Amino acid sequence: MRSMTELKLMKGNEALAEAAIRAGVDGYFGYPITPQTEIIEYLMTERPEKRTGMVVLQAESEIAAINMVYGAASTGKKAMTSSSSPGISLKLEGISYLAGAELPAVIVNVVRGGPGLGTIQPSQADYFQSVKGGGHGDYKLYVLAPASVQEMSDFVEDAFDIAFKYRAPVLILSDGLIGQMMEKVILKPQKQRMTNEELIEKYGDWAVTGRKGRERNIITSLDLKSEKMEARVHRLMKKYEQMEKEDLRFEKINCDDAEYLIVAYGSSARISQKAVQLGRAKGIKVGLLRPITLFPYPKQALFELADQVKGILSVELNAGQMVEDVRLSVEHKVPVEHFGRTGGIIHTPEEILEALEQKIIKNGSIKHHKSRESSIL
Amino acid sequence: MTEEIIIAGFGGQGVLSMGKILAYSGIMQDQEVSWMPSYGPEMRGGTANVTVILSDEKISSPYLKIVDTAIILNQQSMDKFEESIKPGGILIYDPNGITAHPTRTDIKIFQIEGTKLASDMGNKKIFNMIILGGYLKLKPIVKLENVIEGLKKSISERYHDLIPLNVEAITMGINNIVPYKVEDHMFQN
Repeated sequence: MRSMTELKLMKGNEALAEAAIRAGVDGYFGYPITPQTEIIEYLMTERPEKRTGMVVLQAESEIAAINMVYGAASTGKKAMTSSSSPGISLKLEGISYLAGAELPAVIVNVVRGGPGLGTIQPSQADYFQSVKGGGHGDYKLYVLAPASVQEMSDFVEDAFDIAFKYRAPVLILSDGLIGQMMEKVILKPQKQRMTNEELIEKYGDWAVTGRKGRERNIITSLDLKSEKMEARVHRLMKKYEQMEKEDLRFEKINCDDAEYLIVAYGSSARISQKAVQLGRAKGIKVGLLRPITLFPYPKQALFELADQVKGILSVELNAGQMVEDVRLSVEHKVPVEHFGRTGGIIHTPEEILEALEQKIIKNGSIKHHKSRESSIL
Repeated sequence: MTEEIIIAGFGGQGVLSMGKILAYSGIMQDQEVSWMPSYGPEMRGGTANVTVILSDEKISSPYLKIVDTAIILNQQSMDKFEESIKPGGILIYDPNGITAHPTRTDIKIFQIEGTKLASDMGNKKIFNMIILGGYLKLKPIVKLENVIEGLKKSISERYHDLIPLNVEAITMGINNIVPYKVEDHMFQN
């Protein structure tokens, strides 16, 4: 029975696609690109239009797909798209419009190495793009970073809940490793797609659902009156403040007695967890802080941990991006260094532990403002 | 119990599906599993490899540098992964096409003539199941009945009539894996 929870062995991309059907998503619009093509492939094979009435459409381009999402979201429907790094760059204009027009939508980025066409292997080099705007204007995305196939599945519904709660686009920031690997996954029961009546009751009467006697609902990101536009920007900023207060998510592993800290998200968090185990086996008291949301960011947790630990290593599959947010969060209380591989190479747990020993533990006596050298291998 | 395995060979040898069947077998006996492929350009005609972990505990990193067991099915993979085995760990390889045999003396090495046996059985596609049989002889971490359940889950129903043949191939592997002593071949390499 599809309505029961089910245990399966699935790729991260497939688990996400199946979760989209089960979450009662109304429309998926996408365009193939490695390493996320299994999402559209799975959806096309599953024929969700027969299971729930969900629309799955391969657009003529990434840009068309994101604008289809804009259209569907304007009518109050649960709409999503997915792509990988270069494709997300193409979608950024549309994402900015979604944020400006205050529309709920879910965007999935299964990151590959860049810049440019880069490589098809895993990377986390789209951190800046995801949390520092990416598109134009004063906006932020709520960003979820899954670290397992189970989270690829669970975060779809979570993402739509947030998207509708705030009427804002939400990004699921995965990567080629989490997207392509297989693990056990418990699938949630099938949810019904939301009706217009349910939408209005739960989230208000904002969508363009046919006027029927009420005032017109207008969906736009354009406000030529400066005062009105500024009010809109302030409204957005209020949402982001509320997200920080109510919907921040992170996980602490082995932090209680930690003298050293690794900060890592997504695939790097999984690999770092093994590095923590290896370190503990050697007698190094190291813990892991895993941001589950990248915006909002666990600033306060890091600020507090900085009073406890002697140094922090930010582990990312990139040349050093999240490390800036770690440094901002700890306000120079302890040394913060970066370690990461690029180009599609995945760091091993042994490499991470070695980096912790070399960059943080060994350099413990050196004042941290002196050591700001490049950390790329 | 945690068993970390890398299976490496040419694309088309059934490396990824062998890992998938092993992972499914683990699920059938309530274990945690992960299956992490190399899906790079090498999948399009070159080498392919997959890291499979079966464990009684939650799995941290699905990607590893050092493994308990390496199953090596071509020379390129031998060059790359012989070094990745823990001291005391296991290396299983098919000598077909291997020109530089393994040289480590701190691991246990076994040979299985998978290519030849599959050819003798008249079906090259069951090569990976012969190799899997050999592995299960050395590391009976999953029961044969769970492998059969795993097979049922990972191959399409219209091929379920081929399951007896797969079981036959596994048995062939179980009966045909032999130890390889580096010392005996030191002057040949």
